Amino acid sequence: MRAALVILRKDLRIEWRTKESLSSYGVLGVLLLVVFAFAHDPTPTEAPRLAPAVLWVTIVFTGMLGIQRAFAVEREQDCMAGLLGAPIDPAAVYLAKLVGTLLLLAAMQVVLVPLAIVLLRLDLGGALPGVVLVLVLGDLGFASLGTLFAAVAMRTRAREVLLPVLLLPLVVPVVIAGVKATQAALAGGLADGAEALRVLAVFDLVFTVAGWLLFQYVVQD
Amino acid sequence: MRLIAARGLCRAFAGLPVLDGVDLDVEPGDVMAILGPNGAGKTTLLRILALLLRFDGGTLSLFGDDARGRPASAKRRLGWVGHESACYPDLTGRENLEFYAALHDVADGTQRVAELLEWSGLDAAAARPVRTYSRGMLQRIALARALVHDPEVLLLDEPATGLDRRAEAALDALIGMHRARGRAVVLSTHDVERAAALATKVVVLHHGQVVWRGSGPGDAAAIAAAYETATAGAA
Amino acid sequence: MRTLENVLAPLCMVTMLAALALVFLIVPTEAEMGIVQRIFYFHVGSAWVTYACFFTVAGASAVYLWKRSPTADRLAYASAEVGVLFCTLLLITGPIWARPIWGVWWTWDPRLTMTVILWGIYVGYLMLRAFGGEDESVARWAAVLGIVGVVDIPILRVSVRLLSGIHPYVVGNEQSGGLADPWMQVGLGVSALALTLLAGWLIMLRARTERLAHEVAVLQRRLEMRAAAP
Repeated sequence: MRAALVILRKDLRIEWRTKESLSSYGVLGVLLLVVFAFAHDPTPTEAPRLAPAVLWVTIVFTGMLGIQRAFAVEREQDCMAGLLGAPIDPAAVYLAKLVGTLLLLAAMQVVLVPLAIVLLRLDLGGALPGVVLVLVLGDLGFASLGTLFAAVAMRTRAREVLLPVLLLPLVVPVVIAGVKATQAALAGGLADGAEALRVLAVFDLVFTVAGWLLFQYVVQD
Repeated sequence: MRLIAARGLCRAFAGLPVLDGVDLDVEPGDVMAILGPNGAGKTTLLRILALLLRFDGGTLSLFGDDARGRPASAKRRLGWVGHESACYPDLTGRENLEFYAALHDVADGTQRVAELLEWSGLDAAAARPVRTYSRGMLQRIALARALVHDPEVLLLDEPATGLDRRAEAALDALIGMHRARGRAVVLSTHDVERAAALATKVVVLHHGQVVWRGSGPGDAAAIAAAYETATAGAA
Repeated sequence: MRTLENVLAPLCMVTMLAALALVFLIVPTEAEMGIVQRIFYFHVGSAWVTYACFFTVAGASAVYLWKRSPTADRLAYASAEVGVLFCTLLLITGPIWARPIWGVWWTWDPRLTMTVILWGIYVGYLMLRAFGGEDESVARWAAVLGIVGVVDIPILRVSVRLLSGIHPYVVGNEQSGGLADPWMQVGLGVSALALTLLAGWLIMLRARTERLAHEVAVLQRRLEMRAAAP
């Protein structure tokens, strides 16, 4: 959708201008990972099982903050009204914010995953493509609902607390399936994680559509 | 054709009515001033007309079409300026305008933006982030934003707030020009003299209801008197 | 509405007394698990009611988004509250039953995990209602959450089953081997009915209270406005 691209370009330009999210959340993610590594310190045999869990928890926590950023931009100066007053489908805003969040998550993971490999002593072998696939599917699942509820949280007072409280139980399937699939990928066979991948794919499909349809009810007064 | 026709508009917040049966007619060439004290419902009314807010009861027709579905066709012909500029503080003035031009799918966007920057006198500041703008400059960029898609009806919520004499004059000139082109402006204010000087129609709003209507560039005294009695009256 | 409420209350009491009588006096003690198994009758009933409540939240939420009916909104809110109540009961009766039978208070068995997460989702709903601020839109947002929650349920069930692994998979406790004695089946049916009626009555009560509270608030604000104007 044309309008979605226009909005996305605008968001990327603002992000580039301020470089707020990338630096702060990136640093946060690295710190979290380091703390987890100290706490866990797995042996090479334990690593493939524990590391995915650590990685995913880090992703969820930093992702939670990154998602809020998407709408924080629109809060100042009542910019949301500028978007909604334009002759566009509100779902275009959803799409733009969703893709923006995905890009942010991807950028963070480009840093976090190699770091996790090093700190948690993972042996990738040929597992990288599999891991990347799982991350992509997981990110989409997380972002599809995250974008919807970040728009809700944006307007409330206790937004930093409310978003995790609302979102975390809902995205449990993504965390469970994501960890399982990553474990399978690292253990040498993404095929073993087929069911987990199916769960992720279904989640992504269902909630991207649901987000698309329900977004207008969240933002339009 | 009536540009805006509202009958019995109602809107309540948490059970309390903020608009309680408002009738309005805006025709080409109208400059309508909505006068009222704070809390009268002016902002709510304008947001409803701008299709930013739902109304609970009554009917609203924009450019001849029922506005309930918030049609994109109506939004294309409306320009709205609220209390805040709706411009992104971290982008430059030019980038903001170009964004809105692209969003509204304006033909020859770059050209249009350049014209608007010149007209609003923000040419020099166009390359600076909006964050650095003064109140007056913010108002001007907000107006430019609202004009980017050349709307037929301008909806302005207390546009003169915080403007100095020169900026006010520029605003008045804009309103005059818009009217001369056969378009319309609806603005809210609590400045009686301003309303009298500018408006072709005056509507006094109090507690969500229209308590007085007048027309013609006014008799400031009459309008002032009406405003006084209307707002000093029973709650 | 009031007549329905007035009928429901005594009906509920009667069925509840019947259920209690059945469960504690008439139904024979289950062979394997002993006396503690009696909690099963209320545990299963609570589970059914919990799901029924959450589905009601979703239905009422959908109606609200479509029609903007305040009644639908209040029904959704009340059902969420009662649903969380029964879900909490589920999480309490579960461990009470589990401890003597399995020797542990808790295990990450799929069904149990599911219940906790469901509880989390709808507690989130209640928090949104409570802390979402004064914005009118809270009802709309809660409605969206109510629908998303229910849509998530089937996906949650499947994903939670992925969890086995280290922990012992505890075989589904309820319908294990079927209920031997016909009185047991009667006990189950009557207690489920009693809990359903109770839930229904509580929901109606809660929805009515909510409406009255809203009316009082509106009147109060009107009074304040009148007092403020000279």
